[in-house]
Amino acid sequence: MTAIPADDAALADSPHVRGPKGRGTVARTVSAFVESKLAVVGLGIVVAFIVFCYVGPLVYHTDQVHIDLSQATLPPSGAHPLGTNEVGYDQLGRLMVGGQSSLEVGVAAALLATVFGTLWGAIAGYAGGFIDSAMMRIVDALLAVPALFLLLFLASIARPTIGLLILVIAFISWLGPARLVRGQALTLRTRDYVTSVRLMGGGPLRAILRHIAPNTIGTVVVNATFQVADAILIVAALSFLGLGIPPPAANWGDMLSNGINYTYDGYWWLIYPPGLAIVLVVVAFNLIGDALRDSFEVRLQKR
Amino acid sequence: MSPVVTLDDLHTDIALRKGTVYPVGGVSLTVGKGESLGIVGESGCGKTMTALSVIRLLPPGGRVARGSITLGDTDLATLDEAGMRKIRGNRIGMIFQDPMTSLNPCMTIGDQVSETVLLHRDVTRAQARERAAEVLDLVGLPRAKERLDSYPHLLSGGMRQRVVIAMALACEPELLIADEPTTALDATIQKQILELIDDLRGRLGMAVILVTHDLGVIAGYTDRVAVMYAGKIVETSSTRELFANPRHPYTEALFRALPENVDADRRLYAIPGLPPDLSNPPQGCRFAARCAYATEECRDQEPELTGDGHPFACFHPLGAKEQATPNPHTPLAVAEETAPLLVVRNLVRTFPVTSNGVLQRKIGAVSAVADVSFTVHTGETFGLVGESGCGKSTIGRLLVAADTPTSGSVTFDGTQISGKSHHELRKRRRDFQLMFQDPYASLDPRMRVRSILREPLAIQHRGSAVEQEKAIAKLLDEVGLPGAALDKYPHEFSGGQRQRIGLARALALRPKLIVADEPVSALDVSVQAQILNLMRDLQREHQLTYVFISHDLSVVRYLSTTIGVMYLGKLVEIGPAEQVYTSPAHPYTQGLIDTIPLADPEREQRKDNAGVRGELPSAMNPPSGCRFRTRCPLATEKCAAEEPPMRQFSHQGHQAACHYPLQQPDVTESTNRTNPGSRAAPQS
Repeated sequence: MTAIPADDAALADSPHVRGPKGRGTVARTVSAFVESKLAVVGLGIVVAFIVFCYVGPLVYHTDQVHIDLSQATLPPSGAHPLGTNEVGYDQLGRLMVGGQSSLEVGVAAALLATVFGTLWGAIAGYAGGFIDSAMMRIVDALLAVPALFLLLFLASIARPTIGLLILVIAFISWLGPARLVRGQALTLRTRDYVTSVRLMGGGPLRAILRHIAPNTIGTVVVNATFQVADAILIVAALSFLGLGIPPPAANWGDMLSNGINYTYDGYWWLIYPPGLAIVLVVVAFNLIGDALRDSFEVRLQKR
Repeated sequence: MSPVVTLDDLHTDIALRKGTVYPVGGVSLTVGKGESLGIVGESGCGKTMTALSVIRLLPPGGRVARGSITLGDTDLATLDEAGMRKIRGNRIGMIFQDPMTSLNPCMTIGDQVSETVLLHRDVTRAQARERAAEVLDLVGLPRAKERLDSYPHLLSGGMRQRVVIAMALACEPELLIADEPTTALDATIQKQILELIDDLRGRLGMAVILVTHDLGVIAGYTDRVAVMYAGKIVETSSTRELFANPRHPYTEALFRALPENVDADRRLYAIPGLPPDLSNPPQGCRFAARCAYATEECRDQEPELTGDGHPFACFHPLGAKEQATPNPHTPLAVAEETAPLLVVRNLVRTFPVTSNGVLQRKIGAVSAVADVSFTVHTGETFGLVGESGCGKSTIGRLLVAADTPTSGSVTFDGTQISGKSHHELRKRRRDFQLMFQDPYASLDPRMRVRSILREPLAIQHRGSAVEQEKAIAKLLDEVGLPGAALDKYPHEFSGGQRQRIGLARALALRPKLIVADEPVSALDVSVQAQILNLMRDLQREHQLTYVFISHDLSVVRYLSTTIGVMYLGKLVEIGPAEQVYTSPAHPYTQGLIDTIPLADPEREQRKDNAGVRGELPSAMNPPSGCRFRTRCPLATEKCAAEEPPMRQFSHQGHQAACHYPLQQPDVTESTNRTNPGSRAAPQS
């Protein structure tokens, strides 16, 4: 289960990974980003979790496939730093493996939803008139369907895989960015610089891709980081309802929901670690989102 | 004259997140009872901050650091906030620039005016309302009593500004501060508002501080002037004295930058550079860096504001009568008999007005452009002038095919461009470009100058990447920007520099025609002069043809060979620039000329003609017959019944549409008829 490319793509897209060697925009964005202490903390948390989830299992070997009931629900000890769960899996190792799927689904779903939603919104807003009405009514119609209901329905007819989960979560979360971007595009299309593209003989594609979409990036990027957090929570919620990725595959939501069964048995190591991991990652992405909004605002940067 | 307010060595600071700005650096002034003091200077010179310091409404982080502000016997600089609240709106009235934002849209105008009275006077609601009706009547709001319950959106811009004035006057203040009170208004309305303030000052015996960037306004409506530069007063005297005999080089430079005093064949004087950054004011005389007379002394030491009656702060003042050398000649664009480049025939554009409901029912139409015809020849500058809402910008958009006419045609260089699809026009578009008004909205904030200038070349597939790069460098050089500008973002430039970038972009495709829609109206006079000179130079170099759209007749007169005057969608007069300006045939043109505030107190204060009265009627239901008749002093029954045709007034193509023109039409017109709206004769 190595879908690392998805993460790579996501990170290569965000300028801070390319480092200060990229001149101009990237360098400025990075310096503005680094100025915000909280953002660096957020970024640190995310990087730490990535290392933990993907490098961790290479160092800390555990068996996450075979059930061993003789080892069930052991409290933390030297052999199992975070104890074991109800079927004898090592809790620390499971946290690493489970984190992989949570992060993958979160980032990939957010990326897909954001790209698609942005383009949809930018096209609708730029085109205006009938096309706009038609495209936005589709969005409204989909918004009217309760997301949880849709997820339950899909989960009951198909056996969830990571790929399917990504698609489904992206499908319910592109509506937000689409509406946001459409609203901005409506005001941007009347700006003189968009008019001037037309007067130079440029077509709508150039206006949308070069002028409208980049000018919405502040909002879009912030929204995207919130979407990552949301997606991780949706996966957790689905798993909690028992409709996530089936065992032996793991994810944090699943672990949490299993742990809850033992609330009154005092097995705290089944509940706190996955719960804390979810909270930390969600908060970290939100912090990054806030800082990105500020750093993408070219006009606010120092000269 | 006893002083109403005295500022003594006033210093104001504004603390920002990074550093402190010192917008007012030691200002001393007095204003007497019934006196009007003008504060003039470029934007960013601390005029507004001086005014805001007096009423202590500084932006966040702002404070009066040193000095005193004495109103009667109270020192406002040290007064606490509670005390200040008793002063504001009571003893000091304030009028802000934009009447659209200084009224609360959710409150009736009666409530807004009586609110001030209720705050400061011990009166009942009914009494306050009565007082509101009284002041609204005083400021010339027609049927004031009935209008107490109307909301601001029902009033026009000029009427709203009257309401704002009424609010400021409701408690009969001793001092009225007007911060650019007419900048957001049309010239015709500006005159009415300024006259109102002037008249009320006389009747109520108030002191008035008038902050403005417009020397014409200063000349007509103030007794004394203080010229501010970089947070300091550089010269102050009576208005007549200052205009007759400016001593400070900055004052002189401001006068010389005005297009109205310059013959069309001379360059405008542009003050080089920009006002200094006030977070780090320069050593010595603050104007030294931009001054033509500056010496070492000026850069080292700061001149004091000295002299009796007419103090100024300069080591090398201009002599008493030593007049500045005339501005250098600039050859006019070659005006030979050339082929028509742009032919506009019976252009009509109406915008449907629809109801807000789902069905978007059509409930009317705004007639923005109604049957306009004119011809522009290669190499000339066609100036289009009129009040806002007269349809001049709509014409501009139609000329570059940014909009489709309802009927009529635009023919460019022999081919019709109106009504063609975007695809058909793609290649043609390189020949005509639009230059925008707002230098802040016309450049993509996320693109570097390099990408902005390359975009038109990329769209039209002009040359390889290397050739494009060369072309961009050349463009930048032509508009007078350094090569380092290429890697910067638009927000790093000043308004004038941005307008240069806009001009470079319009030039990138080497067009034949540039339609400039109010390209200088957002700029200071000194910067305006730089841009106008540049436009002229480029016109000569590249044989450009301009259509120059502006509300400012003096700028249009300076730059244009032919002027077209528009009123409510109609072209009412057209002809060679000098003829239209010096001997207009249409009463509206005459009115427009009369409303231009002249930077000459003698002439300005002697002017007794009324200008244009009233306000622009709605274009949804334009008046029958002659559209100007509702505001025309000469209108009769005939004007309402019959639309006046265009008539010839000279062989050079001077035409006007009026039944009762201000001069005799050319009787030989039938035998000697030239093409309607034809070009101006070559000017010498």
